[in-house]
Amino acid sequence: MADRKTSLAIIGGGPGGYAAAFLAADLGLEATLVDPAVNPGGACLYRGCIPSKALLHVARLIGEARAAWEWGVHFDKPKIEIDQLRGWKDKVVSQLTGGLGRLVKERKITHLQGTAVFEDARTLKVTDVQGGERLLGFDQAIIATGSEPVLLPGFDGAAEHIWTSRQALELTEIPKRLLVIGGGYIGLELGTVYAALGAGVSVAEMTPHLLPGVDRELVRFLRKGIDPLFEQILLQTTATEPKVQKNGVKVSLKNEAGEASSALFDKILVAVGRRPKAGSLGLEKAEVQVNENGFIAVDEKRRTSAPGIFAVGDVAGQPMLAHKASHEARIAVEVIAGKNVVYEPAAIPAVVFTDPEVAWAGITEAEAKERGLAYKVSRYPWSASGRSATLGRSDGLTKLVVETDSERILGAGIVGPGAGELIAEAVVAIEMAATATDLGLCIHPHPTLSETLKEAAEIFHGTATHIHRPKRK
Amino acid sequence: MIEKIVVPDIGENVVSGKVVAVHVRTGDGVAVDDTLIELETDKAVVEIPSTAAGRVTEVLAAEGDELKVGDAIAAVDTAAQKTGEAGRELASGQEEIRGAPAEEEAPAEEIPGPEKKIDTAEPKAAPAQADEGRDLIPAAAEKVPAEQKPAAPVPASPAIRRLARELGADIQAVRGTGPGGRITEADVKTHVRIRLEGGRTAAAGMPVGAGEPPLPDFSRWGSVETVELETVRRLTAASTAVSWRTIPHVTQFDKADITALEDFLKQNAGEVARAGGKLTLTPVLTRICAQALVKFPRFNASLDANHGRLILKHYVHIGIAVDTPRGLLVPVVRNADAKRITELAVEIADLAERARNKKVTAAEIAGGCFTISNQGGIGGVGFTPIVFWPQVAILGISRAATEPVAVEGQFQPRRILPLSLSYDHRVIDGADAARFLRWVCACLEQPMALLL
Repeated sequence: MADRKTSLAIIGGGPGGYAAAFLAADLGLEATLVDPAVNPGGACLYRGCIPSKALLHVARLIGEARAAWEWGVHFDKPKIEIDQLRGWKDKVVSQLTGGLGRLVKERKITHLQGTAVFEDARTLKVTDVQGGERLLGFDQAIIATGSEPVLLPGFDGAAEHIWTSRQALELTEIPKRLLVIGGGYIGLELGTVYAALGAGVSVAEMTPHLLPGVDRELVRFLRKGIDPLFEQILLQTTATEPKVQKNGVKVSLKNEAGEASSALFDKILVAVGRRPKAGSLGLEKAEVQVNENGFIAVDEKRRTSAPGIFAVGDVAGQPMLAHKASHEARIAVEVIAGKNVVYEPAAIPAVVFTDPEVAWAGITEAEAKERGLAYKVSRYPWSASGRSATLGRSDGLTKLVVETDSERILGAGIVGPGAGELIAEAVVAIEMAATATDLGLCIHPHPTLSETLKEAAEIFHGTATHIHRPKRK
Repeated sequence: MIEKIVVPDIGENVVSGKVVAVHVRTGDGVAVDDTLIELETDKAVVEIPSTAAGRVTEVLAAEGDELKVGDAIAAVDTAAQKTGEAGRELASGQEEIRGAPAEEEAPAEEIPGPEKKIDTAEPKAAPAQADEGRDLIPAAAEKVPAEQKPAAPVPASPAIRRLARELGADIQAVRGTGPGGRITEADVKTHVRIRLEGGRTAAAGMPVGAGEPPLPDFSRWGSVETVELETVRRLTAASTAVSWRTIPHVTQFDKADITALEDFLKQNAGEVARAGGKLTLTPVLTRICAQALVKFPRFNASLDANHGRLILKHYVHIGIAVDTPRGLLVPVVRNADAKRITELAVEIADLAERARNKKVTAAEIAGGCFTISNQGGIGGVGFTPIVFWPQVAILGISRAATEPVAVEGQFQPRRILPLSLSYDHRVIDGADAARFLRWVCACLEQPMALLL
């Protein structure tokens, strides 16, 4: 027997959950949000996107201050007041999560501070932070429980020396020697932060490339920028057998030839991926199916196998990105509100906030080839960009994947400072089915990096202004 | 002829560069100007295009190589044609495939492959020691597994996609008149208006389910799973819908005593097998029907309804319905009236085999005058096949059975074959159809009638 009832139960208050709750309220639906934190935010706000970007901003600042020496501005080596830095980062987080909490109140959404598991297909058991339990009956539910870092087996013994992204973002100390296991976006971003703050950072990546799966050309440009920051970048290397010693943690690093060497570190950051949190929700009781990769199976309307139960965000599938979660959440709520809509993005952007940033959206060059599309790649090197020269940075590239016959923009890849902001324009172009002609005819402000998109479009026709790339007959 | 592609003079005093990307593999088809490699010089990364069209027989450059102007990059066989994948060639010819579901008489019954599920929860890599960069790759508009991804997203902005959905239009079927084929609001409205007014579109472009009211949400009553339609299915659905809508169908049923014919088939099976064919009812019927089409010309015609006239054909090409793992395909036997049964047996066996293995070409599917659909291998006593527009008749064959037949006052067990002839009543009357089918049966019973 339920103690309370709600029309719409939302499990998880991250970018998926809170976006769902806010839209539900705006559309006049009564909703209850279940999340253990005092304010919504999830991993993104508390221990992911937000704190990492705050620290990365500081890292970039430190990098630029050093580069300014060439411009006649001579800064001394910075002294890092770690408590103050941590305090600022925490303030950013509490400012934003507090803001979300206010929005919950303004919209009159019920927030149950606790965790939920399914009792049956229409009931949740909510355990609050003090341990009290009560039952919440619902008509419909959205599961938005997110994801958690994947742990490496065999590393528990060295626990106090092992970090996941959560501990790394707590910024308790700056280790002298930091090993980052995993050369994906999380490892590179956090490695960048610690390297900027003075740690000696080594990266060990299992596959032959950093950012595996990302366009090779963009990664090549990225490496020009980040290689000097790290002590070593070891590809096709696995790290195993951590042994705690008096002076740190010894790890065995094995390369592709099978040769092992050992190295000593103060801290090890394990950043090998994230996995969906679908395990301890009691999903079987609600007959919600999980697929073999651990994600909750959903259709194009984000409905699970159980009628009336939806799933969005990291728990529902790739890509595990906050903005994809929010978008899915809004679609799910619109479906619940009776609208005939589906999840059908033409492009989902992704950004790596290293310096230079890497960003991409839509169909990559590799995918276009795989699908057998007739396409052309138009590349605009930032060495030809006025704005990037004024920033003292020419290590950038903007590339567009354009369908040959229709001239439609199918995809974009950008590397360089600010790529993360620039990619949004490409997403709009792809969604609006813009052609290279359209993009070239839109006046972009000068001097800005956004012009690189316009000129890349003009390269398709062979008439870009600031670079001579005539169209081949 | 094998042509060697070398690093050209790039200009700007460039003498050499490092290969940073290789875009082709041995066996790839290339066209003139397709990028072969990317060469990084002091100034920039330059794409080096192919100067020949054909098939790459050798790739002589690898990532990391230092190449000078004049060094070889790849060898291209210009004699080899650049072919698209067989599947795509076939797809363009699929427009003419229609007809009732049928099976070859041959015992091998292919069970059509399971249709692809729409599985949107599609993570790319196992979590343990996973590569995060890969996790980041946006599965752009991914509604189907990777092997069946649509070529490119439909050229319509989000608001237009929603508009189409609200109006019950299939956005994939809307013709876009904007630049690059972009679909505008006006295009969606035009599409819907034409549907409502019952406008005609060419069978190929007709979307499946045009003009139908929107479906209810079935998940209200239980769990469902949505499966994407394969190309062949999609085309069959479109064309059978057109046939059904356009042609007033009548089916004429009859039976033929094939006792003697079956003996003939048994006796001569070996000789035909040695020639490389299978002597079954199908090639025999093909020969008989070919003759029937010459004797009854109205059955070998198409109706030009817009101009009120009949187009009579002076050639006899007969389509043989084949059930393949991908669905129904109807390869055509050309000039069946001029071929002996043995030749037909060989040709039909070859066409059926190639149809099942995706090796039949678009040209081989087109241009039929009449269709034979033999379900005898499976069973049944009769069916009402759908005429394959713009043909005007189709012959369906069911399973022969041993039945008691009165012969001179006594019941004898005879082998009786059921035939079902569907026809377009705008062109053919009942009496014509009865005469045609009777004649076919008479030939089956007494082949000398063919020569009368």
